[in-house]
Amino acid sequence: MGRYAIRRMLGAIPTLIVISLVIFTILELAPGDPTGTLPLTVPPEVRENIRETLGLNDPFFLSWLKWMRQMFISEPLNAIESVTGLQIGDGERLRIISWASRGPAVDTIVERLPQTLWVLGLGFIFGIIIAIPVGVVSAYKQYSIFDNAGTVISMIGYSVPVFFTGPLAIIVFSVWLGWFPSFYDTTHTVSDWSSLVFQMKQLAMPVAVLSLFNAAALSRFTRSSMLDNLNEDYVRTARSKGLTENRVVMRHVLRNSLIPVTTLIALQVPGIFAGAIVTEQIFRINGLGQLLISAINGADYPMVQTLTFIFAVLIVLFNLVADLIYGILDPRIRYE
Amino acid sequence: MADTHERAEEITQETLGDGGIAEVGEHRSLWGDVWRQFRRHKGAMAGLVVVTIIVLGAFVGPIFYPHDPFDIDVPNANQGPTLEHLMGTDTIGRDIMARVLVGGRISLAVGFTAALLGIFIGTGVGILAGFFRRLDALLMRLTDLFLALPVLPLLLVIILLFRDSLRERFGPELGIFLLVVFIIGITSWMQTARIVRGEVLAIKRQEFVLAAQSIGTRRRNIIMRHIFPNVLSPVMVSAALGVGIAIITESFLSFIGLGFPSDFPTWGRLLFDAVPFLEIAPMRVIWPGALISLTVISVNFIGDGLRDALDPRLRSG
Repeated sequence: MGRYAIRRMLGAIPTLIVISLVIFTILELAPGDPTGTLPLTVPPEVRENIRETLGLNDPFFLSWLKWMRQMFISEPLNAIESVTGLQIGDGERLRIISWASRGPAVDTIVERLPQTLWVLGLGFIFGIIIAIPVGVVSAYKQYSIFDNAGTVISMIGYSVPVFFTGPLAIIVFSVWLGWFPSFYDTTHTVSDWSSLVFQMKQLAMPVAVLSLFNAAALSRFTRSSMLDNLNEDYVRTARSKGLTENRVVMRHVLRNSLIPVTTLIALQVPGIFAGAIVTEQIFRINGLGQLLISAINGADYPMVQTLTFIFAVLIVLFNLVADLIYGILDPRIRYE
Repeated sequence: MADTHERAEEITQETLGDGGIAEVGEHRSLWGDVWRQFRRHKGAMAGLVVVTIIVLGAFVGPIFYPHDPFDIDVPNANQGPTLEHLMGTDTIGRDIMARVLVGGRISLAVGFTAALLGIFIGTGVGILAGFFRRLDALLMRLTDLFLALPVLPLLLVIILLFRDSLRERFGPELGIFLLVVFIIGITSWMQTARIVRGEVLAIKRQEFVLAAQSIGTRRRNIIMRHIFPNVLSPVMVSAALGVGIAIITESFLSFIGLGFPSDFPTWGRLLFDAVPFLEIAPMRVIWPGALISLTVISVNFIGDGLRDALDPRLRSG
């Protein structure tokens, strides 16, 4: 198991290198020019100087290597320094600088991360909390009204895109009913009871929209996993030795059914960040998704590269986590 | 009810057929069986009807609808639904119904073409990887790599970067269309490839393939005549689901403001343009959003029905 984990981790490195090359090549092929947005009064020599300092005249491979060094050596070291307070080396490192804010890209990302984590994390957790009980009941009472309604609702849930349910929720709950604010105020700080209530109110709609979307697919998956297990021999054995129905379902069947469900949950984690792009746009939350969109629109290539690469790392990481969880939870899986 | 009746009649005919082994009821073809089974799936049939209506509405509807989607009529701007303008008008008085109908053309065209491209690549890669052992490792590596790519951010980046040069070369509408279809297709084939590869690996070991090989059938013919027809059912299911995903992705791109320009209405673009006016004209958001959702739900139900109908193990009749 340990050996397998190490091998998989080593195997992830070439994948990440290739992905970073892909991202880099796409941006390199792009016809855009970051000096194109400068005023026309800037003389050509100055323009050329700016290009030189931004490293735009470097050959492709060199600029890729530079970026790799910043991404894999400078930024992690810097993160360690700022967390532990230790000084490693002379502390003079070339960091990835955003063209838009002229500051380190990673600092901006760290600044935006909490908003994204709050909204999307809660949406994800509530999605799981809704999906698993619904899936269990649907499977146990297969073809009942509850199950059939669940099938239709979850089909609707994952067919209707978030960029429609979001505006719809705003129309109903903030325009017509006036219950919740229509956009998310990130400057709001929780200091007393009434500000906490406001915080919960402004979280309610984005979290609800996201959790419905997350719950839809997961509840169906839980259902089919439960159904697979309910017909197993060990369930009959458990019943025949006189265990209560509750114990059979909640202990024996549920535990075994949750193995693939856990894997799916791990695989969905990177998807949360992709969901951030739309949700943050609708509810005007200034998190990572919003940062990506504004970086793309402003041709802030270093920021786009960094963010996209972080997404890629998350995907590769959680694929690995999903595989390892499966091996830990299911003793029948043996890795050679 | 009618179905049970029909079936009962069939059985009576089969069992009571007046003597002779030849009389075994009407001829039943494979696709006839699939269709018979598909018709039993209520959701799938409803989906088929809805999709047909939406497709007809988008492609034929604008011919009969009296308003032009590009006619600006400022005095009549921001109207709610009236008899004259069934879905109302937008901020510069264009008829929303006309725009929604025409918008459906692009959304549906992108959805179907992109899904077709994705399926084509996916099936090709899957068959090659499953059939030729030498290509397997390489192609599956490639599939894994594509699965690890952060698709949505990359889609946005690619569109932004290449939009202008393609627009110059192919004209504004066709340029974006080709770009959107291409990138949706190229980022959505991986699941199909995996499924198809698995099926091919299983089929390849069966006796009929061995028999075909032993009488000297060319490999190309084995693939086209024996392997491909047998992987057709998972391919069709993925195709149906792929249409839904492609429509959502196109709307997503337009919704972020990176899809088609606003002079070419698509459902996603109409939604995007309507969101700022959400508080004064909520219905403008609902029309295109409901159509996207309805199409995707219907397509997914069709996929569900196809899966049941194409899998003989699930067949009840």
